Amino acid sequence: MKTIKEINEKIKKGQVVAVTAEEIIDIVEKKGTKKAAQEVDVVTTGTFGPMCSSGAYFNIGHSKPRIKLGGGTCKLNDVPAYCGFAAVDIYLGAAAIPDDDPRNKIFPGEFRYGGGHLIQELVAGKDIRLEATAYGTDCYPRKKLETLVNLKDLNEAVLFNIRNCYQNYNVAVNLSDKIIYTYMGVLKPKLGNANYCSAGQLSPLLKDPYYKTIGIGTKIFLGGGIGYVAWQGTQHNPGVKRKDNGVPQAPAGTLAVIGDLKQMKPEWLVGTSMLGYGVTLTVGIGVPIPILDEEILKFTAIKDEEIYTQIVDYGQAYPQMIPGSLGEINYSQLNSGKIIVQGKEVPTGNLSSYSKAREIAQELKSWIKNGDFLLSEPVAPLPVAESGYTFKPLKERPIL
Amino acid sequence: MISKRIVLHFPHRLVDQPIVCKLVKDYDLQFNILKAYVTPQEEGLMVLELSGEEENFNKGIQYLTSCGVRIQPLSQDVIRNEVTCTDCGVCVPICPTGALVVDPITRKVHFYDNKCIACELCVKVCPTRAMEVHF
Repeated sequence: MKTIKEINEKIKKGQVVAVTAEEIIDIVEKKGTKKAAQEVDVVTTGTFGPMCSSGAYFNIGHSKPRIKLGGGTCKLNDVPAYCGFAAVDIYLGAAAIPDDDPRNKIFPGEFRYGGGHLIQELVAGKDIRLEATAYGTDCYPRKKLETLVNLKDLNEAVLFNIRNCYQNYNVAVNLSDKIIYTYMGVLKPKLGNANYCSAGQLSPLLKDPYYKTIGIGTKIFLGGGIGYVAWQGTQHNPGVKRKDNGVPQAPAGTLAVIGDLKQMKPEWLVGTSMLGYGVTLTVGIGVPIPILDEEILKFTAIKDEEIYTQIVDYGQAYPQMIPGSLGEINYSQLNSGKIIVQGKEVPTGNLSSYSKAREIAQELKSWIKNGDFLLSEPVAPLPVAESGYTFKPLKERPIL
Repeated sequence: MISKRIVLHFPHRLVDQPIVCKLVKDYDLQFNILKAYVTPQEEGLMVLELSGEEENFNKGIQYLTSCGVRIQPLSQDVIRNEVTCTDCGVCVPICPTGALVVDPITRKVHFYDNKCIACELCVKVCPTRAMEVHF
């Protein structure tokens, strides 16, 4: 048994033993869980995939004369930002696209540029065009603003993603007889391909399936900088069915994360275009798991072949909200490049970069080993299955 | 026997003339057309897999060049931007010729341009648009 405080003392003295969520698998196989739990202090995880419910808020500073964007409009490189706040606070969503983007009018739309790309360009230090309109008040008389802005000049620039880091995700296939364009990529007809999106054995919430160490306030690697878990993510759903090892068999927990955009790096926040679907942001996240006891260690040593997920038809079942799975498959099978669905061999593709997830876990490990990253104590736990917290569908009611 | 994938660029003045058929008739070569179109600037573009005896192959290429056709090896046409690619692998099942493959050890995506037939399916499917066409 160790405490986070004791692990932090070791980090400060340069004596910490940190390994990645991949490396721990071999260590446990060689030494067993008891010895490994004594020797290892921290296991680092990583994930790098498209995460649409991401965005950033900014305070752009007051112009002379003053303008009140609240109730007006604001565009950054033609991408609309939300400005229903005070005078100069705005929030830009990763999935926002310019008003004049043709969208899916010429199907499938290409979605070349949007909020995700803009966030990446800002982080890369590029100047961005800001164009805003307002209605004007006695205290904020200005009605129009057009200027270049740069990340370094903004007062606050904070990445605040309301749902990231899904604990497990569906495998998407298409049973219909026409090609479809989805957020899981292009799906060829009649089981032409199967797309999945998870770092599997490196993915943060799959290595702490009951949220025993990851909670509100956990300090993380976010977009190449430092961030924190702010809350459970939207659609957090801890109550889904789990295997004996605790790993959910379908999409379950999620994280809302926050961090200073100014410290982040463009290689870990990448603007992403999904053909026929829209734009998003591919986010790099790494979460350290403190090895407080043998049970926590056992979870971190879970392997791809022990993590199962569901195969879902995106031709009919997903869009029509028809529940059901075409079968269950593990990540080792998915990573092999082909799986069998309804008796047919189907090639697989991952939307989430395993090699980048590995780099993130290695990077976070080196921060911890070098004494640059201390662990934080969570201030509150994430809701667990027993809490009854669930993810409900919308119940539509007629407006009278 | 040799077999190569090449890109032929036909200038505007040659677009309406029979040229490729002569490769069979006069030079005893075989070809498989992988792609052919006329661009809005009325330049003709054809991607061929061309095979035959080496001597005939070289003569055939000489003939095309003498007609004014510009020839480019296919491997230069579809290029992966190594900086933009995140090695996710969603392109892999889309590629019809197995030119895009995930390395089982490094888990990075390899692009074997000698297998590429420039169908361009990967270009729009790539979430970071890392596959670029340079015809």
